[in-house]
Amino acid sequence: MIELRTLTKRYGDSVAVEELSLTIDRRECLVLLGGSGSGKTTTLKMINRLIEPTTGEILIDGEDVRGLAPHELRRRIGYCFQRIGLFPHLTVAENVGITPSLLGWSEERIRGRVEELLRLVELDPAEFAERNPDELSGGQQQRVGVARALAAEPRVLLLDEPFGALDPITRDRLQESFRRIRQELELTAVFVTHDMVEAILLGDRIAVMNRGRLVQVGTPRELVESPADDYVAELLSTPARQARAVERLTSREAVG
Amino acid sequence: MREELALLPLYGTAHLRLTLAAVFLGAAFSIPTGIWLTRHRSLEQGVLGVASVIQTIPSLALLAIMVPALAALGGFTSRAFGVPVPAIGVLPALIGLTLYSVLPILRNTVIGISGVDAALVEAARGVGMTDRQQLWRVELPLALPVIVAGLRTAIVWVVGMATLSTPVGAPSLGNYIFAGLQTRNLNAVLVGCVAAAVLALSLDSLVHLLEVGIRRRRPLPRRIAIVLLLLLYAYAAGSFALEGLHAGGAVRVGSKTFTEQYVLSEILVRTIERTGVAAEAVPSLGSTVAFDALRSGAIDAYVDYSGTVWATVLGRDRAGASREEVLREVREALERDFGIHVLGALGFENAYALAMRRRTADQLGIRTISDLAVHAPRLAIASDYEFFSRAEWASLERAYGLRFREQRTMDPSLMYEAAGHGDVDVISAYSTDGRIEAFDLRVVKDDRRAIPPYDAIVMASEDLVRDRPEVARALARLAGTIDAERMRHMNFAVDELGKSPGAVAEEFLRSAGHKNPVLSEPSRTPGD
Repeated sequence: MIELRTLTKRYGDSVAVEELSLTIDRRECLVLLGGSGSGKTTTLKMINRLIEPTTGEILIDGEDVRGLAPHELRRRIGYCFQRIGLFPHLTVAENVGITPSLLGWSEERIRGRVEELLRLVELDPAEFAERNPDELSGGQQQRVGVARALAAEPRVLLLDEPFGALDPITRDRLQESFRRIRQELELTAVFVTHDMVEAILLGDRIAVMNRGRLVQVGTPRELVESPADDYVAELLSTPARQARAVERLTSREAVG
Repeated sequence: MREELALLPLYGTAHLRLTLAAVFLGAAFSIPTGIWLTRHRSLEQGVLGVASVIQTIPSLALLAIMVPALAALGGFTSRAFGVPVPAIGVLPALIGLTLYSVLPILRNTVIGISGVDAALVEAARGVGMTDRQQLWRVELPLALPVIVAGLRTAIVWVVGMATLSTPVGAPSLGNYIFAGLQTRNLNAVLVGCVAAAVLALSLDSLVHLLEVGIRRRRPLPRRIAIVLLLLLYAYAAGSFALEGLHAGGAVRVGSKTFTEQYVLSEILVRTIERTGVAAEAVPSLGSTVAFDALRSGAIDAYVDYSGTVWATVLGRDRAGASREEVLREVREALERDFGIHVLGALGFENAYALAMRRRTADQLGIRTISDLAVHAPRLAIASDYEFFSRAEWASLERAYGLRFREQRTMDPSLMYEAAGHGDVDVISAYSTDGRIEAFDLRVVKDDRRAIPPYDAIVMASEDLVRDRPEVARALARLAGTIDAERMRHMNFAVDELGKSPGAVAEEFLRSAGHKNPVLSEPSRTPGD
């Protein structure tokens, strides 16, 4: 369980996140949804202390994240982001095994874990383990990114628009894989996106943010049925409106 | 050519040693500093700025500045702690070269590390690396090609610049180049340049091999490069230690950077060796470096000129002083103020003298500088690097009201040729230079005696006179043995006949017994 308590992050005079309180349950996938500048990424990065809050506190399973050195904290939390950041001077296997090696696992154990993870993200270890990251497609690279985030068996996974830069088909496949993996591993996940459809597909609950503030939290259904304000209402109506537009166009073509 | 090649191990090793030490020290300072700067970005511009300024100091000047700077430091440390600091030789060269190697390595370290993709730094932090792990596992490996490029630039620069260690008293491949240019020995110049180029290219390829080995993660080239580098460093350190043991007691004889000085220092060295004491030449010192070197004990003896010491060291500029007066004043002042002994005057003067083409002089009817002053506004004068800033030139200007159409500074070895071909009209010649005759020039008479007399004098340190009286006595016996005629012949033999200064010195000492000045007339073929 992750508890965010009255978190505020200021940069000089501007406020990135203001008095945000939120609880993420064990095994839940919470989506932080909002436009750019809404403070969703800042909120996410405060959880693994890539950004330190100005005030407020964060507890994971009841323990303050400031109780650990930042690097030790991050070894226990998987982190995945849009730019992926695979190390180009290391092979795929070395990238996946990086956190275990920082933790001092034996080579034998790391090798076993890397194979297991590559299979989990649907990459054949025999084919991919010794490749360099730049020989992989974007989708394959992000699969490796997910495997790397999961390598040290974290209970918590943070994802910052991980599939945002991928083409729609690849994104769909990765979303599918992610759902399966999360259930298999019973992970607690915080997932940042600006994509409403992705939020509805992946989130157990959605937390909508706007200008540094939390606007509403609830299941997708709750949000659709009783949006807190016009912003949320419009945000949620967008995919449905688009779906109808698509349907209209495709059915007309079918007739024509 | 064989004579030049015989010196290659000596000069090449010294050169290699200086380069390796300077680049090692430069890297040991610059890489950590560069890393530190990437963590303290506010200081980056300032520190890189200082390094750039150092880089803009002309390399010869940077090395030469080290000599008085170290002499001052040495004065302080010997007063304070009783530990002198050598002002000439390897130390000033090493400091100058190290400073020079800083900028490319420092700048490339900063650029290399700050050029690492921000996403990779975020990933490094995200997977749980400490700052140190982030540096060693991500930033340094990715910045390596850029840092190594800086290292390679530094190596090539330092190999080139190390040739300029010669004038501050550190032997290097520059010994070939400086002496070769002065004595018109193109073979020597060629050997020096080619050896430096080969050295630069080999060291560069070696570091490149190391880089490829590390980057492509191939152990074989990496191991080969590391082993070769270690061997090189071991060789450098070993040869240095061996020389240290070897050269303990040798008397060191300095020389400035022109032919006569090379010949005279060889005569001194051989005279000392004939007393059974080891001696070695420290050739091609800058003009004031030689005096500082004698004063600080870095060399034990060399030949200077009474007028030079009188004007530049004692600061006198009285016109009309006689030869004896100047000699006496110099002898007394040096002993009293500097503890330097004048062992004797060799018997000839090598004065600054204005010289011009005989034909032009005849046409214009110029015999004296007074005559020359009338025509000067239509004529061009050229001189060596220092003449125009010396007291003698000021004195000439004052005495005759000299104003030339054009004043040029050039290397002394080119000056005579320029006058001979009429590219310039007047030059500040040296009165014993064989090339005055060779290029059919005439010395214009200093009718108002504005230029002081320049007796060649053998100067020795207090230590030498006290600890090695037999050497001092032997050197004193050279007094009066070389007249101007003979010195001109010896210079001519080197400059125009292509003999080595050592051979000419040997010939002089053998033929001498000093009474029977039969120096072989210039009739042999060059390349002897």
